[in-house]
Amino acid sequence: MAQWPLLSILIWLPIVGAVLVLALGRDPRVARWLSVLVALLTFAASLPLYFGYDAVAGGMQFGESHLWINGLKAYYGLGVDGISVALIVLTTFTSVLVIIGSWGPINKRVSQYMAAMLVLEGMLIGIFSATDALLFYVFFEAMLIPMFIIIGVWGGPRRVYATLKFFIYTFLGSIFMLIALIYLHMKTGEFSLAAFAAAPLSTTEQTWLFFGFLAGFAIKVPMWPVHTWLPDAHVEAPTGGSVILAAIMLKVGGYGFIRFSLPITPDASQEYAWVVIAMSLIAVVYIGYVALVQDDMKKLIAYSSVAHMAFVTLGIFISMALVREYANPDAARLGLQGAMVQMISHGFVSGAMFTCIGVLYDRLHTRMIDEYGGVMNVMPWFGGFFIFFSMANCGLPGTSGFVGEFMVILASFQSNPFIALVAAFTLIIGAAYTLWLVKRVIFGEVTNPKVAKFKDLDAREWIVLGSFAVAVLALGVYPKPLTDLMNSSVLQIVNALMLSKA
Amino acid sequence: MMLDKYILLTIVLAPLLGALIAGFFGKRIGRVASHSVTITGVGLSCALSIHVLYQLVWGGAESFNQNLYTWFEVGSTSAHVGFLIDRLTAMMMVVVTFVSLMVHVYTIGYMAEDDGYERFFSYIALFTFSMLMLVMSNNFLQLFFGWEAVGLVSYLLIGFWYKRPTAIFANMKAFLVNRVGDFGFLLGIAGVLMWFGGSLDYGTVFAHAQDPSLDMASRSVELIAGHPWHVATIVCICLFIGAMGKSAQVPLHVWLPDSMEGPTPISALIHAATMVTAGIFMVARMSPLFELSETALTFVLVIGATTALFTGLIGVVQNDIKRVVAYSTLSQLGYMTVALGVSAYSAGVFHLMTHAFFKALLFLGAGSVIIAMHHEQDMRHMGGLRKYMPITWITMWIGSLALAGAPGFAGFFSKDAIIEAVGESHRLGAGYAYFCVLAGVFITALYSFRLLYMTFHGKERFVVDKVKQHHGHVDHEHHAPGHLAHAPNESPWVVTVPLVLLAIPSVVVGFLTIGPMLFGDYFGNAIFVREANNVIGELGHEFHGATAMVLHGFTQAPFWIALAGFGTATWIWLFNPSIADKAENALRPLHTVLANKYWFDTIYQAVFARGGLRFGRGLWRGSDAALIDGAINGSASLVDQLSALVRRIQSGYLYHYAFAMILGLILLLGGSWWVFARIAA
Repeated sequence: MAQWPLLSILIWLPIVGAVLVLALGRDPRVARWLSVLVALLTFAASLPLYFGYDAVAGGMQFGESHLWINGLKAYYGLGVDGISVALIVLTTFTSVLVIIGSWGPINKRVSQYMAAMLVLEGMLIGIFSATDALLFYVFFEAMLIPMFIIIGVWGGPRRVYATLKFFIYTFLGSIFMLIALIYLHMKTGEFSLAAFAAAPLSTTEQTWLFFGFLAGFAIKVPMWPVHTWLPDAHVEAPTGGSVILAAIMLKVGGYGFIRFSLPITPDASQEYAWVVIAMSLIAVVYIGYVALVQDDMKKLIAYSSVAHMAFVTLGIFISMALVREYANPDAARLGLQGAMVQMISHGFVSGAMFTCIGVLYDRLHTRMIDEYGGVMNVMPWFGGFFIFFSMANCGLPGTSGFVGEFMVILASFQSNPFIALVAAFTLIIGAAYTLWLVKRVIFGEVTNPKVAKFKDLDAREWIVLGSFAVAVLALGVYPKPLTDLMNSSVLQIVNALMLSKA
Repeated sequence: MMLDKYILLTIVLAPLLGALIAGFFGKRIGRVASHSVTITGVGLSCALSIHVLYQLVWGGAESFNQNLYTWFEVGSTSAHVGFLIDRLTAMMMVVVTFVSLMVHVYTIGYMAEDDGYERFFSYIALFTFSMLMLVMSNNFLQLFFGWEAVGLVSYLLIGFWYKRPTAIFANMKAFLVNRVGDFGFLLGIAGVLMWFGGSLDYGTVFAHAQDPSLDMASRSVELIAGHPWHVATIVCICLFIGAMGKSAQVPLHVWLPDSMEGPTPISALIHAATMVTAGIFMVARMSPLFELSETALTFVLVIGATTALFTGLIGVVQNDIKRVVAYSTLSQLGYMTVALGVSAYSAGVFHLMTHAFFKALLFLGAGSVIIAMHHEQDMRHMGGLRKYMPITWITMWIGSLALAGAPGFAGFFSKDAIIEAVGESHRLGAGYAYFCVLAGVFITALYSFRLLYMTFHGKERFVVDKVKQHHGHVDHEHHAPGHLAHAPNESPWVVTVPLVLLAIPSVVVGFLTIGPMLFGDYFGNAIFVREANNVIGELGHEFHGATAMVLHGFTQAPFWIALAGFGTATWIWLFNPSIADKAENALRPLHTVLANKYWFDTIYQAVFARGGLRFGRGLWRGSDAALIDGAINGSASLVDQLSALVRRIQSGYLYHYAFAMILGLILLLGGSWWVFARIAA
């Protein structure tokens, strides 16, 4: 087993599967079954990764390395630590549910849609396992293409505006990142992330590189104030696209901060941590209020995603401050773990919330909140799921939504209680926009006669929402397996942060 | 001897199992199976809780403190799930499971006609589980879990009738106001982790707080440079903000009266007997921390005193039978908080216990009346019910006497202890609090007997419509106020038996337990009081047994004040109901203030709800759409316009190019001349 190039299998299995789906999937039923089979196989293949990863030893494991572009000394280099393993399993798990979830709503060009999803899955796994910066960048950019197609072909009426905005916005950010990578390549002569991290860099160099990375990753997360592409993209994307976007693609930004900004530019990260922390705190409050006034369900959850992802960036950069300015590596580990747990949890919760909205959209073909009301009367099981995931969205203890926020708030308090004070405001505003949504959509009398004809969840929707619910609950009740998985990896990052590179 | 871990686990998990079965399979297994399974679970839990209490008090068992599993462990920070079972916990467990069991049985009768029967049982069993997790916790994480979980179930139950606009507004309001409290609570927990030994476990934190070498009482921190604040004060006030949310203290009390939108059994269980007292329990549990900060305790004292008097006043002008009891609950929670504020934690918890019995009784009694009146809750349409429902009538009298503090009844002991403790205290704010709790005694008697007279005595103010009788129960919503389909009658035994079973402790529990609980060593080291603050210890010198206390009670101010309240209520509402209207007119400004509940709701609605929406819209339209997207779409259109401009230059006409060349040359020459000239200069 150890000889198998497991990571390559994980990356290429869905991509090869996508080609098969395209070739054989003329009949939509074949396309559907085949793509679920591929996604399930990929998920199954990711389990040895989880169980085989030696969390006690930590560090990069399952390494693969082949010379790729000789002149550039670029390698096809793969490897995972605990953080990557967590994100890869999240990806394979969510992809299965997304594909099952898309069975009903996607009726035209089924094979192409499923193929795009599978390609996207492969790209995402590639991003989370690349140890070579050029390879990372290729996956990072290539990932935009299937997403572009998913929104552009199966999207809503304003899909062209949304896709362009999405593409140009994120592409613009990654250009700056590319410049940073090229500079690092000139400096070190290679593309390996380990070499980048080891390279001595002056403070000025680090500052430029830091902002290059910030441009790339902040847009991806997205952080305030470069978040405005997300609500538009979500609104126009089909349900499956939204789920993948929220559950996994946003995590690429947070992952990038951990993989690039912290190890490569630690001194600049320390210097400008306050910028990111300030942007995160603004996001929690500002975006919370903006989410409150949305009358489109998807926009509301999109904004809620931005607010929740702010805890990821807050946790990452508060740990920087804790290590360097407060000499409190313990709290830094808590912050970083919190950021990671928040990423995984947000994957489940936002994925489930967008699936819920998709379930409603499939029945009424509108996302406007005031067209609904009283759904509980006709869809009691769905109502139960919706309330459950809403509670997870509010960060109720016992659900995964609580764990990350709790850890980040505890860690922030140890750097500056006022930062924790602002962050903890999410308890109020997060509950306000989520529960008001519940009140208007789920509770009340049925006012729309079309709503009265709703049928409760079918088996397929049950499987998807039920799986998300199990994940949310399991992580909320017993997060230790996840934190243990990432423990030594986080420790290594925090230890590296202590060393100045200038 | 050790308590058995598996017994404790069974206590917690039995109600959860019942809740899951009734919740997921309720419709399939039917009503009887649903209520059987949940009642079995809670009954088992209750029996075992009594067993645990017995073991701790008479069986010589030691306190149990053990982690069950590790929730997470990161560096030196770890969080666990575990139990701390001492006598304080055991008392709470018995109160919670006993009241819960009574409410379960009562619900069979109360919800008999409701479609959501199985769901209701699932929720109240789930509540019992959550509340047990809260009180049995040995650490702050699990405390917060239980804290939020009871909040969730409360949310679900207030909105149980989710078609009613008022219910779904009330449940959202309750959750959000509680979240304001939780906001403080969470920060308090973060502060505990930071300043009290880097742990979330009670044992470590309390040991750290009490370690004389660390002197936590005078440790301070400069969060704002130049302003040292005591860490204990910061932490305790933050934690207490949590208690203010859950235990509905002013100004976070606004959710509790609205929570009466939920079915009456949960008003008794959650919004009177157990959940709302979680804040009181929490502060008592945290007594080693609160004892460190005089400032925080003064804060607690003033908030509690204000709540005790001013919310009670509102109760006097309410006409909805449940709302009167709700405001009474607010006021009594204020009394408990006052006790905490003068370091008389045991008195606060003691009042918590007696109150749990007699307030649950009053709510269930009110529910019994509501059933008889076919869901009419306005007391102006009641009156003279005593001859229709004697058991409800008598038990309500018992509950009210206990509430008003009639000597010998349960409430007498606990309330008197609080009043005397406040009188004994020299803490800043104790004078104000003493006035509030004494005046509150008059108010309590006034609204309690007003409720009894308006409901059970005097003339009948309802009409029985014989004509519509054949429509039966289903139609009761359509009747005009004060019109009933048939005459009210006594509720079935599932309703009256819990009333009787709750009436018994409402009479005797104070008499039996005041000795050990307040002046004995019942709580042992579960509650910590510094010697200088020990007002209960002072009172203990004058305590010569419960009987003596009753006899002594007849000579004391609170008794005469309560008697005055009783007299006033009797004079007005029993004999001269017209005076009530005259008084209302004479005291119009006061009545307006009370009827509007001091405008708390109005102000919150305007500032936080509408203000928040306006702020959000401003950010969205002003900043997100106009500024950020404006800049982005603006830069896109700028590129567009620039390219259009550049396109126009490339016209293809030779003379345009020639002209451009000449212009360029001039600019180049002129520009370089200018630059060189400057350099030369």
